[in-house]
Amino acid sequence: MSDAALPPDSAAAPAATPASEPITPAQRDDLRRQGILLTSIEELYNWGRSHSVWPLNFGLACCAIEMIAASMARFDIARFGSEVFRPSPRQADLLIVSGTVTKKMAPQVIRLWNQMPEPKYCIAMGACAISGGPFKQGYNVLKGIDRFIPVDIFIPGCPPRPEALLHGLVQLQAKIRGQPLTGPDAPRHLRSDVECNCPIPEFGAHDLVPTQNPTVWQPPQPIVRPDKA
Amino acid sequence: METVEQIRDRLLARFPGATVEVRSNPSPSGQHSLLLGAATAREIAQFLRDDPALRLDQCSNVTGVDWPEKEVVETTKTTVPDPAGGPAKVVEQKSRRLEPGCLEVVYHLYSIALRHGPLVLRLRTGNRTDQVTLPSLTPVWRACEFQEREVFDLFGVRFEGHPDLRRILMWDGFQDHPMRRDYVEPDDYEWEPTPHGAVLAKAKRHYPAPAPAAKP
Repeated sequence: MSDAALPPDSAAAPAATPASEPITPAQRDDLRRQGILLTSIEELYNWGRSHSVWPLNFGLACCAIEMIAASMARFDIARFGSEVFRPSPRQADLLIVSGTVTKKMAPQVIRLWNQMPEPKYCIAMGACAISGGPFKQGYNVLKGIDRFIPVDIFIPGCPPRPEALLHGLVQLQAKIRGQPLTGPDAPRHLRSDVECNCPIPEFGAHDLVPTQNPTVWQPPQPIVRPDKA
Repeated sequence: METVEQIRDRLLARFPGATVEVRSNPSPSGQHSLLLGAATAREIAQFLRDDPALRLDQCSNVTGVDWPEKEVVETTKTTVPDPAGGPAKVVEQKSRRLEPGCLEVVYHLYSIALRHGPLVLRLRTGNRTDQVTLPSLTPVWRACEFQEREVFDLFGVRFEGHPDLRRILMWDGFQDHPMRRDYVEPDDYEWEPTPHGAVLAKAKRHYPAPAPAAKP
């Protein structure tokens, strides 16, 4: 691709658009159908990183079996650029929380998340990682990993099929491709005003201390039916 | 294998001062068990393992039971003859007594060599608070080690003679025993979109008081 295609969209906008207006995605797609590739740094950058999301080689319970199946030949997560399961959090982009997070395991999961470099994403796979699932009323299960780390994609299921994991990955790619590189919606690694590390809870006498990270999770407002209140 | 009663009789003959009772199981499985006194439990376990007729060389399962103290109401019926010569009266007397609680540890023993089993042993602590020490059977069956740690972790039974009595499932600083009947779990799952039953009762503390119904 020549350098001419890379400058900001406004310079290369078609004549129908005033020079000050950036090209809209619809116009860009229209041009692409005509065989003219017009792109931006932002689109190119996001396209590249959305297709090389490397997950952390990390499984917690039965959902991990489905995750392994998704990486094998039949479902082949390599089609989406995520076949490189990294054994080190320093090299991984994606944390797939695949399974039940016990309270004893939760600090280790959060420490792994903190050890991953930005840009990083988190998929909560399965009912247990989302909410505690069938163990929600147990004494030793964390009621959702989103209480401690920011989760990008929730994949329901118990466990989700490999197709569901692939769908979640495609959704994550769409989310990455839609991220602007500037402004308040920019990803965390391009901003200086957000804290990327999550505090690691301590083992308390009766529960984890604290029981949640209030910057990423707040108890939802109760919805009570009038006759049940 | 011999019946539980035969084993009890042999144990009582071999260990004269020991406490060995048969706890019968009325269910179809009929797995009757032996309730052992804590003082001689380890000697009896050793005997059960080494006795040539039993050779219970595998302890497949160790588990705990929590028996909270409960109030028992007993009804006794007495027949009082009517002095006037009429039909005898039946007088019911109700007496309440408090049955003390205890913690119980259950061992399931099998014999790999002789292919029989199970023999179920029960050990009971004095109460649920301060007399919770029982002899560990890990020196007899090594397989008990982790399971006794689990009983210690979840029920709070202290095993004397255990080589490494630490918590196994919960972390070391944890103070409760979650499988006890009076365990109060952390209040962290109260919210559901449509709570009902016990979850609703628990969740109500978190909900705001319902607004008074608006009058039209």
